[in-house]
Amino acid sequence: MAITREEVLHVARLARLALSEGEVDRLKDQLGNILDYIRQIDSLDTRDIVPTSHAVEMGTPFRDDAVHPFGDKEAILGNAPDRQDDFFRVPRIIED
Amino acid sequence: MHEWTLLEAAQKVRANEISSRELTRAVLERIERLNPAINAYITVLAEKAMRDAQSCDEALAKGLVRGPLHGVPVGLKDIFCTRGIRTTCGSRILQNFLPPYDAAVTEKIAASGAVLLGKQNMDEFAMGSSTETSCFGPTRNPWAIDRIPGGSSGGTAAAVAAGMCFAGVGTDTGGSIRQPASVCGVVGVKPTYGRVSRYGMIAFASSLDQGGAVARTVPDAAVMLSVIAGHDRRDSTSVDIPVPDYLAATEKSVKGMKVGLPREYFGAGGLDPAVRAAVEKALASLAEQGAEAVEISLPHTEFALSAYYILAPAEASSNLARYDGVRYGYRAETDGGLIEMMSKTRAQGFGAEVKRRIMIGTYALSAGYYEAYYGKAQKVRTLIRRDFESAFSKVDAILTPTAPTPAFRLGEKLADPLTMYLSDIFTIPCNLAGIPGISVPCGISPDGLPIGAQILGNHFREETLFTAAAAIERAIPLPRVAPL
Repeated sequence: MAITREEVLHVARLARLALSEGEVDRLKDQLGNILDYIRQIDSLDTRDIVPTSHAVEMGTPFRDDAVHPFGDKEAILGNAPDRQDDFFRVPRIIED
Repeated sequence: MHEWTLLEAAQKVRANEISSRELTRAVLERIERLNPAINAYITVLAEKAMRDAQSCDEALAKGLVRGPLHGVPVGLKDIFCTRGIRTTCGSRILQNFLPPYDAAVTEKIAASGAVLLGKQNMDEFAMGSSTETSCFGPTRNPWAIDRIPGGSSGGTAAAVAAGMCFAGVGTDTGGSIRQPASVCGVVGVKPTYGRVSRYGMIAFASSLDQGGAVARTVPDAAVMLSVIAGHDRRDSTSVDIPVPDYLAATEKSVKGMKVGLPREYFGAGGLDPAVRAAVEKALASLAEQGAEAVEISLPHTEFALSAYYILAPAEASSNLARYDGVRYGYRAETDGGLIEMMSKTRAQGFGAEVKRRIMIGTYALSAGYYEAYYGKAQKVRTLIRRDFESAFSKVDAILTPTAPTPAFRLGEKLADPLTMYLSDIFTIPCNLAGIPGISVPCGISPDGLPIGAQILGNHFREETLFTAAAAIERAIPLPRVAPL
């Protein structure tokens, strides 16, 4: 199944991946080949089949909606690429 | 002493025949000597391991045994969060990540009394079958240094095979424990989905990911799984069913056990003749011990890989959306705004295979394609699950090859993603059905490479796997440690 360069760029935008020109070219071919392979499931008739989202049947477990303070704030904020006081710092969000 | 089994090492420490410090020092020396060539560890915790070993020795001197693995050094795939200890998932994007908490598996390993040697190499975000996609460089197979150790838990399998730990914990989304165990000549078990908590295990494809054990013998794997299995409220898919005595199951007889042979697996085109011969020998050994072979059919097998390569990338593309350079991990330098920072961070932080899967997954979930891909694949998953349900109404266990070939050469399949994906053709259906599977060594190829047999069981029937695998192990004695 052929996939266009524009489709690759569109999907990369959705996935927030700033791909290089070379990567776009390579992925266009590779995704085409992989999609060709996986489309073989089209040959199966699945009209009356119920989809499986989890293989082991289980109900939704409930728990109390209780707060459990974590405590070690520094262990979390210490991983931040950029911070200011107790905040994660990011580049500007609203473009000019 | 690096050739001792996990059980022997644990027994000798408890009996004061050796101290945990002596044992840990010996394994650390072996890691120091072998790791430059094999690259099984991303992080070696030499000082911490020696401190923990000393604490084990002090406890034992007071008569305190912390658990079944008291004082025995083991390893963890670098996908399990370890509080304050770098956890990378083999990715540049998490190169310097220091988790603020321990994974459930990490807690359980600590509670067993084991000493943590370090964090083991893996394909980036567990996406791969050769451990070549790690940003820390490939791991090499201890049996043949120019060959891959399998993946994604290749560092763990190689470390176990090379005597660089007594056992380890890996993860398996489409075969990532069983395939590396097979090509490294060790035992690898993926339990039923929900058996081992996923809390703190970095997510790849949440409906398929499952932690499990890698060890040199079946009884060792059984003990290791007993240590890490069990219910955990922090993982909503964790199952609240008591954990049976897996070790006891390794001593049971296979007499009367019905073993199914799926014709779709043995008829597969890419199956190496040496692999087929070795698995047939494993079958013969079971038959000699009183098991009964039954030919079965799993008719939707040929569609499993396709369904998997929609479902797993789709779930991965969602799970990996969190790596955006904001709260932790790598951030790209940029003068631009937030979106540009995120897009550059992800482009620079992820390797080629991870980007490829994010692209497949995002495409499959994008507007207009969801039903044709994700929806359809979920229905195919139902058909594969039903194949197994029907098979397990006739047989107790299913025997197959674990991987179609012994270990291939480094670089051999890296350029062609689809060829690499086919390495997991026999292991993937098990994850889609959520059933347990084990790989046990059953032979050596004419090139001197290990071959593994896979045994599959019904949901929560890990004991059957251990019984059958132990019977094969007893009948076909093979070297426990690679001849380095």
